[in-house]
Amino acid sequence: MNPKNLRGWPLTFLLAGLTGLSVAPFYWLLVSVTRKDTEIFDWPPHLLPGGGLGDNLHRLDQRIGLLRVLGNSLLVAGVQTLGALVVALLAGYAFAKFRFRGRTLLFALLLSTLVVPEQVVLVPLFRMMTDFGLLDSYRAIILPGLCVPFAVFLMRQSLSSLPDELLDAARVDGAGEFRVLWNVVVPVMRPVLAALSIFLFLGSWNQFVWPLIALRSPDMHTLPVALATLYGNQSTTDYGAILSGTALSTLPMMVLFLVLQRQFISGLLAGATKG
Amino acid sequence: MTATTAVTAPAVSGAAGPARPAGPAARAHRRARLRRTALPYLLLAPALITFGVFKAYPIVDSLLLSFTTGSGPAARPAGLANYRRLLDDPLFWTALRNTGEILVVQVPLMLGLALLLAVGINSTLVRWRAVWRLGVFMPAVTGLVATGVMFAFLLKRDDGAVNWLLHAVGLPSVDWLGQPFWARMSVVLVLTWHYTGYNAVIYLAGLQSVPKELYEAAMVDGAGAVRRFTAITVPALRPVLLFTVVLSTIGTLQLFDEPYVLTGGGPDNASLTVSMYLYQNGFRYFDFGYASAIAYALTLLVAVLGAVQMRLMGEKDG
Repeated sequence: MNPKNLRGWPLTFLLAGLTGLSVAPFYWLLVSVTRKDTEIFDWPPHLLPGGGLGDNLHRLDQRIGLLRVLGNSLLVAGVQTLGALVVALLAGYAFAKFRFRGRTLLFALLLSTLVVPEQVVLVPLFRMMTDFGLLDSYRAIILPGLCVPFAVFLMRQSLSSLPDELLDAARVDGAGEFRVLWNVVVPVMRPVLAALSIFLFLGSWNQFVWPLIALRSPDMHTLPVALATLYGNQSTTDYGAILSGTALSTLPMMVLFLVLQRQFISGLLAGATKG
Repeated sequence: MTATTAVTAPAVSGAAGPARPAGPAARAHRRARLRRTALPYLLLAPALITFGVFKAYPIVDSLLLSFTTGSGPAARPAGLANYRRLLDDPLFWTALRNTGEILVVQVPLMLGLALLLAVGINSTLVRWRAVWRLGVFMPAVTGLVATGVMFAFLLKRDDGAVNWLLHAVGLPSVDWLGQPFWARMSVVLVLTWHYTGYNAVIYLAGLQSVPKELYEAAMVDGAGAVRRFTAITVPALRPVLLFTVVLSTIGTLQLFDEPYVLTGGGPDNASLTVSMYLYQNGFRYFDFGYASAIAYALTLLVAVLGAVQMRLMGEKDG
C-alpha cells in the first residue's frame, strides 16, 4: 500500500467515529422499541433487538389512537405541502416572468417576513382562529402554512433562469398561460419542485409549536403533539409506548431520506444556495 | 382559461396607439391586454391572500397587542407598560441569559465540528466518503420532538445510555437533566447532534466549488495544510460560513421544541428560553399583551444580532 493511502486512515477513523455518534441514537431507538418496557433501561443497554415491538405498539395505540394520529399527521403534511407548492409555484412564476406594478414592493414585503421569528404570529393566530371558530381543526393548522415566503423566493430564483424563449414558443403555438405553466414550466422544474416538496413536507410533518397551541382534543393531535403530550404526562411513564411513537415519527422520514437522498439534501440545503 | 389568450402582446403592442382603433380585432386585442395585465395578479392572489391574512396581519396585530393589557373584550391600551415590565422581569432576564449561554456554547461548537467534518469528508485521502456524508446528515431528518424524547431517555441519570458510556470509559455519571448547568448543556448536546451534519453538508457543497488548482498552486509554493486551510478554504467558504452563523444564531434565539420536551425549562428555570417564556405567558396565563411584547423583544434581538454578524463577517466583500 502506498503511503498516501495510509495517511488517510486516521481521518477515516475519525469520521467513522463521528458518524457513529450521529447514528448511535437511532440504533438505540430501534433496539429499544423492540424491547419489553422493563428491559429498555437495563444496565448495560441492550445491543440486540428483542420481542416486545408488537406489545409496545399496541399500548401506544391504546394511549393515543395510533391510526387516527398518524392519519392527522399525514393529512396535514400532505395538504399543506401540496398547497404551499402550488401557491409558491404560481407566485414565483408571476415574480419571475411578468412585469407588473408593485412587483418589487410585494416581493420585498414577502421576503421581509423571513426575519420575523415564528413566535410573533402565535398569539394573533390563536386569537384569529378563536374568532373564526377554527381552533382544534385541520384548517387551523393547514391554512397558516400555505404561504411559505422562502418557497416563493426559491421558485422565483429557479424560474428566473428558465429561458423566456421556451415559454414564448408555447405561447406562439396558442397555448394559454395556465397550459404553458402546466405543460412547459412544471416538467422543467420537476427537480426543484421535488426538492421543495420534501423541504415542505418535512417541515410540516415535524411542526410542533403551533399545532400544540391550536389543537386541543387528542383526536386532532398530530404525531409530534401526541408524542409530547404522552411524554409530558408524567403519571404514565410507559417508555415502550413513548419510544415506539418516537420511532414511528422518525422512521418514515428516514426511509424516505435513504431512498431520495439527493432530493432530500438539495431540498434541505435549498436555503444555502446563493440567491 | 381558453387557449386563445394571444399573449404575444409585445409583438403587436405598437399597433394599439392612442387613437384606439375600433372594430372587433381591436376589441379582442384590448381584452387580451387586460387579461395580460391582470394575469400576474391572478397568479399572485393565493400567495398574497394567505400571506396577508396569516402573516402580515398577525405581525401587525402582535405589535398592536404589545401595547395593550388584559385579554379579549377587556383589553385596553397600556402604552409601554408591557415593555417596562419586561425590563424589570427577572424571569425574562433569566430566559435571555439561558438562551445566550446556549447560543454562545452551541453555535461555535457545532459549526467548528461541522467544518471539521466537511473538510474530512471532502479529503480525497478518506475512504467511503459517501457513507460518512449520509450518516452525519441523518439526524437533520428527525423531528425535534422525537429528538427531544429520545435524548430525554438517553440522558437519564441512573440508567441512561450516555451515562453508561461515560462509565465504560471510566468517567463519572452526569446528572444531565437535573443540574442547572448540565440541563443547558443537554440542550446544547441535542442541538449539536441534530444540526452538525446539516451544516457540514452545506460546507461540503461550498468546499466542492473551490477550484482544485488553488490548492495545487499553494502546495507548489510550499504551503502546509494549516496554511492552505486558513488562506484558501476559510476565505472561499466565507459566504457559506456567514449564512450558517446567522441561521444558527436566529434558530437558537427562537429555541423552543428541544427544551420544551427535554427539560421543560427546568430545573428551576435553568433551561427556560425566551420562546418558552413567551409560550407560558401567552398560552398558559393568556397574557397576550405581555407575550406579544416578548415576541417583539425577540424580533429586535434577532434583527440586531443578525445585522451585527452580517456587518462583521461580510464587510470584506464590499
